Amino acid sequence: MENTIFELQYAMDTFYFLVCGALVMWMAAGFAMLEAGLVRAKNTTEILTKNVALFAIACTMYLICGYQIMYDGGWFLAGIALDGAESAEALAESVYGEFKGEDANAYSNASDFFFQVVFVATAMSITSGAVAERMKLWSYLLFAVFMTGFIYPMEGSWTWGGKEVFGLYSLNYVDYAGSGIVHLAGAAAALAGVLILGPRKGKYGPNGAINAIPGANLPLATLGTFILWLGWFGFNGGSTLSLDSISAANEVAVVFVNTNAAACGGLIAALIFARLLFGKADLTMALNGALAGLVSITAEPADPTPLVATIIGAVGGLIVVASILLLDKLKIDDPVGAISVHGSAGLWGVFAVLISDAEATFVGQLVGVVTIAVWMFVASLVVWLIIKAIIGVRVSEEDEFSGVDISECGMEAYPEFTSNK
Amino acid sequence: MKLITAVIKPFKLDAVREALSDIGVQGITVTEVKGFGRQKGHTELYRGAEYVVDFLPKTKLEVAVADSQVDSVVEAISKAAHSGKIGDGKIFVSNLEQVIRIRTGEAGEDAL
Repeated sequence: MENTIFELQYAMDTFYFLVCGALVMWMAAGFAMLEAGLVRAKNTTEILTKNVALFAIACTMYLICGYQIMYDGGWFLAGIALDGAESAEALAESVYGEFKGEDANAYSNASDFFFQVVFVATAMSITSGAVAERMKLWSYLLFAVFMTGFIYPMEGSWTWGGKEVFGLYSLNYVDYAGSGIVHLAGAAAALAGVLILGPRKGKYGPNGAINAIPGANLPLATLGTFILWLGWFGFNGGSTLSLDSISAANEVAVVFVNTNAAACGGLIAALIFARLLFGKADLTMALNGALAGLVSITAEPADPTPLVATIIGAVGGLIVVASILLLDKLKIDDPVGAISVHGSAGLWGVFAVLISDAEATFVGQLVGVVTIAVWMFVASLVVWLIIKAIIGVRVSEEDEFSGVDISECGMEAYPEFTSNK
Repeated sequence: MKLITAVIKPFKLDAVREALSDIGVQGITVTEVKGFGRQKGHTELYRGAEYVVDFLPKTKLEVAVADSQVDSVVEAISKAAHSGKIGDGKIFVSNLEQVIRIRTGEAGEDAL
């Protein structure tokens, strides 16, 4: 009888990882649509190509070596199909054995990989919007190989993987679903890329002038935001890592509620803040606000009350608007606000953990977030510089003018309607 | 023969079209254009950065008419496209050298 319960638990937790992983995979569509909507028409095909390709590269590199680096999961996922058992026949017994002992839990290793790999793709995807409209496609994809195969897995191994940082020290860092581990990490890599790349031509003028470059398709941007929002239920919800007990199931439910609440708080705060600053509703700020709210709660979506979660999200919404404006003042050109949404709000999310989580410490969070940010930024910077030296990272001025759809992909996204601006 | 070109506010197109129908004009060509006259544009903000909306959307229509119809057509367009607010547009009357109906080969006023 006991074994039957174990089977159900194994099946439930495995299933749960798979469904949440599928939801997080869907976030790739969200990123693609959001970014496609916020760039100009002449650069749309290229950013879509970047998004689909980076997803494929991330999953493949993580399969090859990333999962091994981060969790000792096996080079090329060796042995994953048998979930640690000697043979297919021995699988059930092996699983029963895993359930012995208190708090023991078991689920298919393959489902664990599946859930983890889509997080890698998410972290990678954060960078694609920041470098949009002026980066060479293949330079970006080359960077993706290194970020998903090595840079992110290294950082992940010190955080979720629990390993010492280069054998020097261990982290005492709390990050439920990855405000720092995934979002800030991606933003740090993006920042390194943007600094190497430079702003779009015509974005900044003399005397501190900042020129607007409006996105071509706000319906897509909105759709993308809602898709990301939906996927985030898998992102945070799946990070409970289990569904098979009363406390786990309840925790998952709370996580869903808080995740949603934070998104709403972020959106409302950003919408109102932008309205006060600019005099009219700014849809793109509202969208960024919702995402910033989601990023903010991601480090601790289980412990806060829903009201506190809403407020945490709202603070994220305020931060993201201020950050977007600040980056432009610093002439750091980020067409979609990725560095602000994932970096600035991510930083807030890491420390917001201290509001509700009694076990987290300020020093622990600080050391953790600095470790992540410094590693991701420096390692990415090195790779970007090497790529720049070998094949260059920026398209030529003519190509930037005629659009990277033509120069990198040879096909327009809106063939009947494109005009060069 | 004359070619009458009118640049009007887009929402006035239906009214102008009906007015032209009422006086017997049988064909017009319509293009979506952008432009400004003395109306000038205005500035908006996109994510905090100002941009100037200089060119406003307008609708351009062209009608080929016989000399005898020019006045009634101009009056019909003027009345129908008028709103009294700035940006109503302009009507241009130019000479038309020749007109040919492609299907039948008719030329001149027969082709109008």
